[in-house]
Parts: sequence; C-alpha cells; structure tokens
Amino acid sequence: MINKVVTNAEAAVKDVTDNTTLMFGGFGLCGIAENSIAALLKKGVSGLTCISNNAGVDDFGIGQLLQTKQVKKMISSYVGENAEFERQLLSGELEVDLIPQGTLAERIRAGGAGIPAFFTPAGVGTEVAEGKEAREFDGKMHLLENWLKADYAFVKAWKGDTSGNLIFKGTARNFNPMMAAAGKITIAEVEELVEPGELDPNNIHTPGIYVQRIFQGENYEKRIEQRTTRIN
Amino acid sequence: MGLDKIGIAKRIAQEVQDGTYINLGIGIPTLVANFIPDEINVVLQSENGLLGIGPFPEEENIDADLINAGKQTITTTAGSSLFSSAESFEMIRGGHVDLTILGAMEVSENGDIANWKIPGKMVKGMGGAMDLVASADNIIVAMQHCSRSGESKLLKNCSLPITGINCVKKIVTDMAVIEVMPTGGFKLIERVPGVSVEEIQQATEGELLVEGVIPEMQIN
Repeated sequence: MINKVVTNAEAAVKDVTDNTTLMFGGFGLCGIAENSIAALLKKGVSGLTCISNNAGVDDFGIGQLLQTKQVKKMISSYVGENAEFERQLLSGELEVDLIPQGTLAERIRAGGAGIPAFFTPAGVGTEVAEGKEAREFDGKMHLLENWLKADYAFVKAWKGDTSGNLIFKGTARNFNPMMAAAGKITIAEVEELVEPGELDPNNIHTPGIYVQRIFQGENYEKRIEQRTTRIN
Repeated sequence: MGLDKIGIAKRIAQEVQDGTYINLGIGIPTLVANFIPDEINVVLQSENGLLGIGPFPEEENIDADLINAGKQTITTTAGSSLFSSAESFEMIRGGHVDLTILGAMEVSENGDIANWKIPGKMVKGMGGAMDLVASADNIIVAMQHCSRSGESKLLKNCSLPITGINCVKKIVTDMAVIEVMPTGGFKLIERVPGVSVEEIQQATEGELLVEGVIPEMQIN
C-alpha cells in the first residue's frame, strides 16, 4: 500500500502558501481539523479563501484564523456563532459568499466528482439567484451552480489507516468526505491511525485515493457549542 | 391571551402523521418533538447527517461527535443512520423528507417565506433553509403573528430578503392556524381560545380569508 503518513500537523501544512483556497470539514465545531487549523495559525499564511460550512466561534476553529486576519474570503452557509466574523463582514474587511447549505455540499461533491455544474431548486426567487442561469425542469425553476475545488482540503476522521482510508464517527462526518475528494491535496488528521488491513473495507467512508497526507492528531478538545442534557 | 411557544409546538404536533420523515428547524420547531404522541411513529432528520434524532443525552452520555443542526448535543434512536451533508441534502432536495417545520420572520400571502437575513443588521446566513423550503412538499411555519413592535408578520409581500417562494402550506401562530391557499391568501382555519376573528384580521396585513364560523384551537 502507498504510505501517506506525515509526522504531524506542521509537516502536513508545510507547503501551504498565501492566497490559496482551503476547504475545512466540520459542522459547527463538530468534526473540524483542530490540529491542522492550529498549524495554519502558527504558520501565519494569509490571504486565504476558506470554504467551510461555518466559521467556527470567536476563539476556536476557523474563528482563530479570522482573529489573526489570515482569511481574505469565506465561503459558507451559516456564520451565526462568530461575532468577529460579523464585525469584519459589516466593516468590509472580509469578503463573504453565503451559499445554501445543500448547494454548498453539492458544489463540493461536484468538484470532487468531476461534474462542472448542476441545477438545483434552492434559492430560486431569492438574492442567491442573481446572475445565475435559471431553467425549468418538470414545471419547476432551478438554478445553475458550479463546482467548487480547493488547493488543500483539511478533513478530520475518527479512524484512518496509513494509506488514507477514513472512517468518521457520528455527525462529525458532515462535509469531510466531499471535501476530501474536492481537494487537490487532502490532508486528513485522525484520532486513531492504524496499519492497512486493520479497518474493515466494508466500513470505509472515504477511500484512501482521495487522501494525500494523513497524520495522527493529538490533544483533541472537541469543544461543544450547545451542551444540552435531558435535565434542561 | 395568545398562545406561548409550547402551545404553538403542541398544536403543530397534531399535524404530524404516522410513518413520516420530518425535518425540524431551530427554536419552536425543535420543541414539537416533545409533543408527538407515542402511537405516532416518525423519524426526525438532522441536516448535518442523521436520521433518527433521539432525546438530549444524560450528562454522562454527552458525545461531542453527536449534535443536531442547532449544535446541541443529542442522542440517536434505535434504527438511526448517519451520513454526509451531501447525502443529507440529497434526501431533502429529492423530496424524501415528508414534512419541514421551521420558523420565519415573515410569510407572504402567496407562501413566500423570509427567515434568513435582516439587511445591515443580521448576517448569519441561510444554512439549510433555502434547500428545505425549495424542496419539501409540506412546509409548516411556527411563528409569532406580529413582531415585538406589533407589526404583522403575515404580509401581502415579504419586506425582508426571501428564503423561498410559494412554499409555505400552513402557519401556526400565537393567535391562529392559517392555511396558505394555492391561489394566494391566508385562510383562517382555527383561532386561539380568547382571540377573536377581528383581532386576527387586524394582526394580518395580507388577505385573510374567513369562511363561516372559525372554531377554537383544541390543545391539551
């Protein structure tokens, strides 16, 4: 098998340069590439275009890259939990492209799947439709949406093997599998890195062909945004 | 006089049919799950990749890798399944989810909904709302009849940027149950006990259609 292991997050991000387009898996703070984000923060690359469903919170996740002004543009569906994001957006410091979540997911999927564009009903009649080709199918209007690709995709999995096969846990899967396929260079960090053969091929969520680098992550904080229990 | 959030959730729960797949939005819609009768079997979909949302966890069972669309920690039910965001919206756009219940800032008399943006004030993003309203066959809105400043939220035309067009089928507010007619107009179906047709009329800017005697809402 091809061995894709790099020693740590710093080694994984070593060739990421300014002004590149990066994808980050995760929904809220669930399933985010904590180690890679920390390494990008330390490396200090700037002018980044970040494609991520959310923008983290002020002091965690992509929110940290916003604090340090490393992000030039965000492409997201929902950014409600980040005050610094809202401030930079309203002051014009940050470019933002807000996209319906299903359209975002499908554009990324299309990027990895070699489908340059597709029609979707989401956003018809709204400001999302401005400037887009609209066409009727079965009596209903749809919008033409283009694929999304990235120079680097940062994904986080529960388990992975040295050849890049990945298994996700719970709702931490979210955008990670599509982004793995849409990244020119996909960097996977995992909670448990194992040897080929240790993962059941029947249960692989993301086949290793989509992953270029993989490393054993460490010190996962897995911060919870809304800690809700039955007593509440 | 008006119904509280729990009351709105209880009334919407009466609309839920056995054997259906349902997507619940954030806020009042999430509360609906608490009032679905035991004999009604439904599966709740979470847009972030889960079919079969269970109750909130006990403290010792909290799992950071298991959250709902509102980022709250949850559990899964027996028979649940997990999938990616792309697959989640495939089932939404593909019309496999039977019912969508969500909140709104405004609804127009032709069923347009606005619930994602207040220009210059709130820029949170639309999340999955535009995909949901563009695709679901049955959309029920849970909201207050009027804004805090007393202005009607049931309008001739939405004043805020819209989320989707001609999509809302039913609205349950603190004052009434209303059906949006396919040809346009808000048809008054039920009124909250103690609220008169005239009061609902006054609180509704769009065209209110009143036919015959309007019954009072029945909730426990």
